[in-house]
Amino acid sequence: MKNKEPLKSFNPDTDPLISVKNLQKNFKGLHALNGVSLDIYKGDVIFVVGPSGSGKSTFLRCLNRLEEPSGGEVYFEGVEITDRNVDINKHRQKMGMVFQQFNLFPHMTVLKNMTQAPVKLQHIPKADAEAEAMKLLERVGLADRANSYPNQLSGGQKQRIAIVRALCMKPDVMLFDEPTSALDPEMVGEVLQVMRGLAEEKMTMVVVTHEMAFAREVASKIVFMAEGQILESGTPDEFFNHPKTDRLKQFLDKIL
Amino acid sequence: MNIFSVMGEDISNFFQQFGNDFYLNFVKNARWKYLVNGLGVTLKVTLFAVLIGIALGFLVAIIRSTHDKAGTMSSLLKFVLNVLNFICNVYLTVIRGTPVLVQLLIIYFVIFASVRIDKSFVAIVAFGVNSGAYVAEIVRGGIMSIDQGQFEAGRSLGFNFAQTMWYIIIPQTFKNVLPALGNEFIVLLKETSVAGYIALEDLTKGGDIIRSQTFSALMPLLAVAAIYLLMVVILSRLQKLLERRLRSSEK
Repeated sequence: MKNKEPLKSFNPDTDPLISVKNLQKNFKGLHALNGVSLDIYKGDVIFVVGPSGSGKSTFLRCLNRLEEPSGGEVYFEGVEITDRNVDINKHRQKMGMVFQQFNLFPHMTVLKNMTQAPVKLQHIPKADAEAEAMKLLERVGLADRANSYPNQLSGGQKQRIAIVRALCMKPDVMLFDEPTSALDPEMVGEVLQVMRGLAEEKMTMVVVTHEMAFAREVASKIVFMAEGQILESGTPDEFFNHPKTDRLKQFLDKIL
Repeated sequence: MNIFSVMGEDISNFFQQFGNDFYLNFVKNARWKYLVNGLGVTLKVTLFAVLIGIALGFLVAIIRSTHDKAGTMSSLLKFVLNVLNFICNVYLTVIRGTPVLVQLLIIYFVIFASVRIDKSFVAIVAFGVNSGAYVAEIVRGGIMSIDQGQFEAGRSLGFNFAQTMWYIIIPQTFKNVLPALGNEFIVLLKETSVAGYIALEDLTKGGDIIRSQTFSALMPLLAVAAIYLLMVVILSRLQKLLERRLRSSEK
């Protein structure tokens, strides 16, 4: 498989980092995604919200093709990554992903969890990768857990490790799939704190979440999904204070 | 004569008899060599059969679970995978559906009929191929029991399918299936005792040769049984030690 080059030269400052065009996903007769289009620019912090079953997680997982779209296109840095001939593994290295269930590798130490991919995939010398990992651990306050195994950590610690594991690959975008939904309430804050820090550093982020207060505070744009479609999108102010569709008004009535 | 001296006489007779039997079965004509050489053959056949079993078992398990998981791939790859999966299914059905002794006889008298070949090689092939089928199902169960999230986390970092399997799924699988694998190898060690059917002089056959020469069954057969038991106990111990070491990440 060869790496498909961008058709025209990609300008990261003016072109969308990710461009989604008419995305479709069917699960055995169920239309999980029904024509979703969205442009995500460098530095955007996009929050995707909506009722459960609205297709928001499916949408996120289609962005790096963990879920294979049934139709439509996804362009990442100017390359159509939904093209079957594209080496998706190359592009996934630049798209970090954080899962609801953390998915740390239980048979590796924290440090190994973080350095395995950079060492094996980007051929970074082990010592350099470890130094970089320690710097990141320092930042999230977990440097003392470098040699622990995941089972020795709390949920909040695991999720912070999962975030810095993805960051170790130096991704251009970070995808978050309900990162705080599996956490005990008192551990949500420490994870949000790390995400807030990333947003302040202008990391491009796409976040699926139910944390409305956090979305209001950090999002540059909130996207509202229902029945596999984007019904509305706008700034937090537009979203919370001037909802246009009845569906969003109902949704906000229920959750606020 | 009182009752105690009768008993005493019986006991001393018994020891005398035991000593004579022991001498006859093991010492005379260096008959103990049948057991020692037989043990060597049994261990050799078991060891290499285990290696073949592991290699074959993991290979088949990976093909079958890849086929079951198969997400996105070109149609050519899908076709190849379907063919491989079909071959694996036939292998599993045939091997698990027929007795190992029949397989051994077929391999010796049919497949290798026209070539003069080392009998222990035939036994290694037969027991290795047989064991591979059972190991494959154990390992496949182990792979399927790993949370799908582990797989997705690996892929999301940019590992391809094979790398995800090798770095993330297989090490966890190995730890999970170790007890069942250990069991399989203990069974295999004992199953090799039918190798005498192709006149391979393994441990069991060694004991049987002694019996046929001395016409006393008790002692050689008990000795054979005791040696198998001892090896199984040692294997179980080793297995426990290994499990404990691999579990260190769960403490």
